[in-house]
Amino acid sequence: MNRQIIKLFAFIIVLFAVLIGFTSWWSVFDAKGLKASKWNQRPLLEQQQIPRGRILAADGTVIAKSFSKGHGSGKRYIRHYPLGALFGHPIGYSFVQYGQSEFEKYHNAELTGEESEFGAILDQLTGKTQEGEQIVTNLDVHAQEVAMGDLEAAGYGAVVAIEPSTGAVKVLASNPSYNPNSIPKEGTLAKLNKAEVSRPLYNRATQGQYPPGSTFKVVTAAAGLESGVITPETTINAPGTIIDEGHELANDFNQDWGSISLDTALTNSVNTWFGQLGQKVGQDKLFTTMEKFGFNAKPPIDLPEDELSKSGVYDYESGKMLTRNDPVDLARVAIGQERLLATPLQIAMVAAGVANGGKLMKPQIWNRVVNADGSVTKRMNPEVYSEPISAKTAEELTTAMEGVVREGTGTNAAISGVPVAGKTGTAETPGNTACGGGEEENQAWFMGFAPANDPKIAIAASVECTEQFGNDVAAPIFRDVAEAILAGE
Amino acid sequence: MTRARNRELLALIPVALLLTAGFAAVFAQDHSKLGNLSLTYGAYFFAVCLATHVYLRIRLPHADPYLFPLMALLTAFGLVMIYRIDEGLARDQANWFVFGLVLFALTIQFLRDYEVLERYRYIIATAGILLLLAPRLPGIGEQVNGAYLGVKIGPISFQPSEFAKLAIVIFLASYLRENREVLIVGARRILGVTLPPIKHFGPMLVVWGASMLLLVFIRDLGTSLMFFAAFLALLYVATGRFSFVVIGMILFLLGSWFIVATVPHVHERVEIWLHPYTEPQGSGYQILQSIFAQADGGLFGKGFGQALITVPGTNNTMLPAAQTDTIYSLIVNELGLFGAAGLIATYLLITARGFKVALLANDGFSKLLATGLTAVFAIQAFVIIGGVTRVIPLTGVTLPFVSYGGSSIVANFVLLALLLLISNRARREAEEGRLPSGRDEPLGAPA
Repeated sequence: MNRQIIKLFAFIIVLFAVLIGFTSWWSVFDAKGLKASKWNQRPLLEQQQIPRGRILAADGTVIAKSFSKGHGSGKRYIRHYPLGALFGHPIGYSFVQYGQSEFEKYHNAELTGEESEFGAILDQLTGKTQEGEQIVTNLDVHAQEVAMGDLEAAGYGAVVAIEPSTGAVKVLASNPSYNPNSIPKEGTLAKLNKAEVSRPLYNRATQGQYPPGSTFKVVTAAAGLESGVITPETTINAPGTIIDEGHELANDFNQDWGSISLDTALTNSVNTWFGQLGQKVGQDKLFTTMEKFGFNAKPPIDLPEDELSKSGVYDYESGKMLTRNDPVDLARVAIGQERLLATPLQIAMVAAGVANGGKLMKPQIWNRVVNADGSVTKRMNPEVYSEPISAKTAEELTTAMEGVVREGTGTNAAISGVPVAGKTGTAETPGNTACGGGEEENQAWFMGFAPANDPKIAIAASVECTEQFGNDVAAPIFRDVAEAILAGE
Repeated sequence: MTRARNRELLALIPVALLLTAGFAAVFAQDHSKLGNLSLTYGAYFFAVCLATHVYLRIRLPHADPYLFPLMALLTAFGLVMIYRIDEGLARDQANWFVFGLVLFALTIQFLRDYEVLERYRYIIATAGILLLLAPRLPGIGEQVNGAYLGVKIGPISFQPSEFAKLAIVIFLASYLRENREVLIVGARRILGVTLPPIKHFGPMLVVWGASMLLLVFIRDLGTSLMFFAAFLALLYVATGRFSFVVIGMILFLLGSWFIVATVPHVHERVEIWLHPYTEPQGSGYQILQSIFAQADGGLFGKGFGQALITVPGTNNTMLPAAQTDTIYSLIVNELGLFGAAGLIATYLLITARGFKVALLANDGFSKLLATGLTAVFAIQAFVIIGGVTRVIPLTGVTLPFVSYGGSSIVANFVLLALLLLISNRARREAEEGRLPSGRDEPLGAPA
């Protein structure tokens, strides 16, 4: 019988090895997948037990903090946002039962002090409990207040302000916002999601896709200058109307401008001039410049990818993005119409790229991570995203954009004593369901930077569903936000 | 032999230290400062173990020196985990531990000549079956999660299957000791398969039928599997015929397949096992939470007291039945894969020592009894750990010595007592055989 006993023992060894195998599978090999399961509350609950790091504005104002509730093993931390709705976007929220969004979601690892398993064991041995790190952002509280105040007066819309030389995002406002503190209240999230027109949870600055209108003429001009198709001196005859792909493309009041150069054309936003320039440049080169400015890609900002929209030409039916090889009505694309859609963030990136002498910096909301001991563990490194245009082209564009504010379509953006470069945009969006179907609804824009000779801030402001023009409704927002930021410099 | 007992004593010291360290760790977690309470617990535990050791030194000087410390290690481990869940439960468990040791001592005292068990094997078998069916008796039966595993008489409730397993193993060991020869000799080869003789096929079918009935009556796949597997293990060891095991397995699979298809509760258990995500908040909750808890453990675990058993700030359960069914998941969560592997290694060491006892035993009954007791112990550990790791459907079997539960700990200490009794005799005989006393008669019955 002894032989059988030994065989039986061998069999039991196999059984126990299977147990260890399965345990390894659940605890190590498949652990990541299990932790990501939507039925698994543990990762969130455990995060709730860690004091989540604070989020601060550039000046140290607290945007988000955690307070503790309960004692012993029932102790947990709950998020609080002292500034309420002001930074509903882009900070978002973080609550165990309701999940996370925007900046809170993107920077979760730092905010919870997440570490490698080795680091966690070291902490366990030294008796240190996991603690979140705090993040100091580039956000400017006062400028954000100004932006939100102006937007609330103007209508639904967004403002993005970027420091051109670093990519630091100082303002990222979207109206209407929501108070993140209200999220844990019963039914709030459902109510916010139900608001189909106002969509307060939707970040218009990064997700909103709008026809950019004439602001896009800066991109067309950049493509023309950069490719050598035109110089600032090149003149193009700009009649009152041109026929493009069988459609009439007209200037305001069908005005015939005669032979004019870039400065005059941009200052007065002459559609027929830019339509023809687009055709001369060609789709390939226009798309190349667009892509270098960030179109056709998710913006490189520190927000969750699924909460960002790509800018570009869309096929409305399929929702697909069109490439340089798809047939498009080029003259209309060149003036920011056709099926071209852009986010306010994208338009701000165009302004920032021109402002920084052709070097587009990666836009970033965070500035530095500070650990519990108060020392900086990570710092934002200004990073070049692309170089869409040369310094010379940037200078030529700046000159033309200064004309817009000084004597053209964007005079309301002027700041006394400070040279401003910019461009207005007014895209007609008749029948826009988001506006409730009105016929006279415009998407009003202003993008630009100041001071034009030494840019400190590049801004895009966009207002949806307005009957007014870019210069009336968006340019003043630009001016107020720029003044607020420049005053703080 | 005193040498063996000295080794036992030495082995008990690290166990007591481990318990002290464990309590200290949990205590430090919970109360943020180290009290001398953990030392008191450690000392108390060591004193109880020491008393048992002294008793063994007197009564069973030759018995295996590692079995008791290994089982004490499991108990210590279980106590720490249960203390970590609930102080009150740990106190109960400590009391059961002491009571288990009392029964352990009584078993050793009155069953020194454990062959008497052979004489009463049919009474024992009947008692075992009655114990198993008791939870279905009106008035005293208790249903837990649809399975009938508990009995409640007045204020005392217990899990009779824990005691039934001892009875069944004693019966099978005795029955197979007597009939193994006929089973082997009378076997016929039919179509290339060795079948047991028809006359003796009957009792096998009875055991199979009993397991199936068990499944239908108490509706617990795990208990049924545990009993039948122990039977097959014993049948194999007794006859050496692997074909019998295969036939038995086929019969069990066919039977349980039929029952799974017809008994809703058993069917549901299997469904949950195969598709836990169908009702993640309902029937699949326990197994999913068990696995999520393990995923949280990683290689090294989160540390004592760190696992979430309830949703913080509420009484909502995160890990259902953490002190019983899913205690293994809690161990993986807090001590990681390494801690769990250590626990499984402990079970494997006990199994190895148990089989060693069987190998050394000189008569058929002792051999089969030691094999059966060890096998049923190991299989029980497999059934519950396999259940919470989704190797097999999750059922309500306890993790021997670790899970909270009086019946389990008491029954397993009786199991240990029987193993030590067998071991003591076998090793004494071996010692005497080696003495140059000129004794030339054969030792016991041929193995």
